[in-house]
Amino acid sequence: MTKTKKKSGGLQLGTILALVIMCAFLAITNKNFYNPSNIMSILKQTAFNAFLATGMLLCLITAGIDLSVGANAVFCACLMGALKEMGVNNGILLMLIAIVAGGVIGFINGTLLTRLHLPHPFVSTLGMKNVLWGLALVVTGSRMINNFPESVQFLGKQTIGGWGGGFPVGFIVVLVVYVVMHIFLSRTSLGRSIYCAGGNMEATRLSGINTANVLTFCYTMSGVMAALAGIYSIGRSGICNGANATQPYDTDAIAACIIGGASFTGGKGTMFGTMLGCLIIAVLRNGFTLLAIDSSVQNIVLGLVIIMAVLMDVIRAQMEAKRRRLAAGK
Amino acid sequence: MAEAEYIVELRDVTKRFPGVVALSHMHLAVKPGEIHGLIGENGAGKSTLIKVLTGVHMADEGEIYVNGEKMVFHNPNQSTAAGIACVYQELNIEKLLSVTDNIFINKWLKKGVLLDYEAMHVKAKEVMASLGQDIDPRKPAGTFGMGVQQMIEIAKAVLIDAKMIIMDEPTSSLGEREVEQLMRTCRELKSRGIGILFVSHKLEELFELCDRVTVIRDGEYIDTRDIGDWTNDSLITAMVGRTLENQFPKEFGEKGECMLKVEDLEIGGVLHGVSFEAYGGQILGLSGLVGAGRTEAVRAIFGADPLDGGKIFVHGKQMKLKSPKQAIAAGIALLTEDRKGSGLVLPESIRTNLILSSFKKHSDGLFLNEKRIEKNGQDKIDSLRIKTPSIDEVVGQLSGGNQQKVVIGKWLNAEADIYIFDEPTRGIDVGAKVEVYNVMNSLVKAGKCVIMISSEMPEILGMSDRVVVMRGGRVMATVDRDSKYFNQEDIMKAAWGGSLDDEN
Repeated sequence: MTKTKKKSGGLQLGTILALVIMCAFLAITNKNFYNPSNIMSILKQTAFNAFLATGMLLCLITAGIDLSVGANAVFCACLMGALKEMGVNNGILLMLIAIVAGGVIGFINGTLLTRLHLPHPFVSTLGMKNVLWGLALVVTGSRMINNFPESVQFLGKQTIGGWGGGFPVGFIVVLVVYVVMHIFLSRTSLGRSIYCAGGNMEATRLSGINTANVLTFCYTMSGVMAALAGIYSIGRSGICNGANATQPYDTDAIAACIIGGASFTGGKGTMFGTMLGCLIIAVLRNGFTLLAIDSSVQNIVLGLVIIMAVLMDVIRAQMEAKRRRLAAGK
Repeated sequence: MAEAEYIVELRDVTKRFPGVVALSHMHLAVKPGEIHGLIGENGAGKSTLIKVLTGVHMADEGEIYVNGEKMVFHNPNQSTAAGIACVYQELNIEKLLSVTDNIFINKWLKKGVLLDYEAMHVKAKEVMASLGQDIDPRKPAGTFGMGVQQMIEIAKAVLIDAKMIIMDEPTSSLGEREVEQLMRTCRELKSRGIGILFVSHKLEELFELCDRVTVIRDGEYIDTRDIGDWTNDSLITAMVGRTLENQFPKEFGEKGECMLKVEDLEIGGVLHGVSFEAYGGQILGLSGLVGAGRTEAVRAIFGADPLDGGKIFVHGKQMKLKSPKQAIAAGIALLTEDRKGSGLVLPESIRTNLILSSFKKHSDGLFLNEKRIEKNGQDKIDSLRIKTPSIDEVVGQLSGGNQQKVVIGKWLNAEADIYIFDEPTRGIDVGAKVEVYNVMNSLVKAGKCVIMISSEMPEILGMSDRVVVMRGGRVMATVDRDSKYFNQEDIMKAAWGGSLDDEN
């Protein structure tokens, strides 16, 4: 339908192929891989990253980045924990507060970038990451908190059906979010503006689009998505833990987007590709566990995968530029 | 080594870029100990000429001789090694590093493996002093003014024993005193036998400083004469003396109301009390040299940059336009001079670029109406004759002319009343130019107001109903099409700082 799909069709075929090959390899080397409960476990693991990657993708499309998504998710979870300890037992209210908090944090990130003119979102969001890490420990008194209301745990815990222990509700929500976001990005003027801002900020501004608002929206959405991830994490693990704020959640989210075709130079990336990226990372981590590979080696391989993905993006851009040069020379 | 007559000589140099011949059979010969002026209109090929000399571009045809010896420069290093140095208009100064660091960048003096700062400071101080600058070379370069920073660039050239120093518009950002110092330095360098190629827009400087002056126009060599054989008028005639062929299909609309009026626009250091009026059914040409403040003025009117003072009236009503969004809502469209940098989203499709300024008109509620976008887009492709395989083609793939048409299409979709075109035909071929002119014609005939910035005299004369001439952020003259001043020489004169008698 739209060119966005056609443009990246070739690349995504490669990404799909990579996912299929990985799965085939794991299925052959380890029969536990295609065990239904393992498949469901992969989906559960995918869901958390998929929430974070949604917001990350919006920021990456604008040629920005949000390094605070992981810490934001952990902080939102800890905030809920702290409020619960203070006697707020209404699950719906807790979740609403978390979503608002995540959104406000994202809004601050966006405002620092657009209205206060910090040079690059790297600065504001990296600073914010540390602030949130500290805050998460402060509000919980550095303790893990459990016994959350059932309604809070629903998103990360509930499953449907019996196959492999049941299909995770969280992943269904992720799918809904991804479909909605896909429609938003490809069919609405704000969605289209996000790509245009990433492709050429100045031309977009001079066309009468308030790019500051567009960017602020993206970072706010990123915060809201991080809050959803935070809620999801409580259901999965049953606890919130401020120390998790230093986990490489941001890196996983960035990797998923880049593997899925997004670019640090902005203007590119799709929800479909990002979903593929999330699945690839989840399968990769799952495979490491099945093959009993040391977690330090996991880190090495994941780091290399990210570098490779970016490298491929760079090479692709160079080849494209060369092709254009030759075409122009004719 | 035997002294050749010329220190650097270009013979029959031709340089082509896709679609344009930037230099055609160019000649230039600079003698040792000579200050040689180079002058030409915007786009005459001065920059390309400099880049060929400095090895940034390779000539397609023709030869370069240095001291009578034939040379081929594949890259800037080879040109530097041959003794050609260039002080660019945009200085290459690392402001945070010391003067010494700047002068010795990439040619550091060393003691063993360590840098010998003592020796470098002494030498730097010496070189700067010989250029008339008694300064402490240990201080960061950024603490000094533009004049000194320029001297640092010249010092770099002196340090590598340059035989010829190219100075590209060296006085454009200097104050009066600094200009005097620069001229003294030039004469000093001249007395050492160094040749200077002095590129300038300012005639009075050429007359004061140069021994000979070469004029180029449209990439072609026009003439070289001793300075005594040039006059103000003969220089200008040589520069602009193009014949006006019928490349401008000018059509006339009916003069309507005053759609845009600006009063006393001020931007500190850039615009000084700019006032003009633009009418419906007319093309107002904004003429002047590059840097006259025309682009800055229209960007400020459009809300793209903040104004420090002044009033803007649209349809007689005073407006405060703080953002392009507000300006567009007020019925103003600005086609910027930098098509790729600020006109188009290159990685996006024609489809998307065409609706960039009119998302609302192409949406139903929340969602974009792809059918309407497609129909409207196809209309634009047909009516503007955009050559493309499909509406989904990425605009980065199109030729310059077709890209420009996409930008025009975008602004036609915005349905403005006041269309500002900033250098609308720069870098596009003749055929596409005529099509751009036709768009302006049809706008004017529909009663719209068109403002066209152009640095090309024939275009200004060919298309404008009225011309506002600017220089140094000020309006120098306003000339009607039926005025006796509506000719190249008089408009040029105003653009170069001369005054026209007041009737127009």
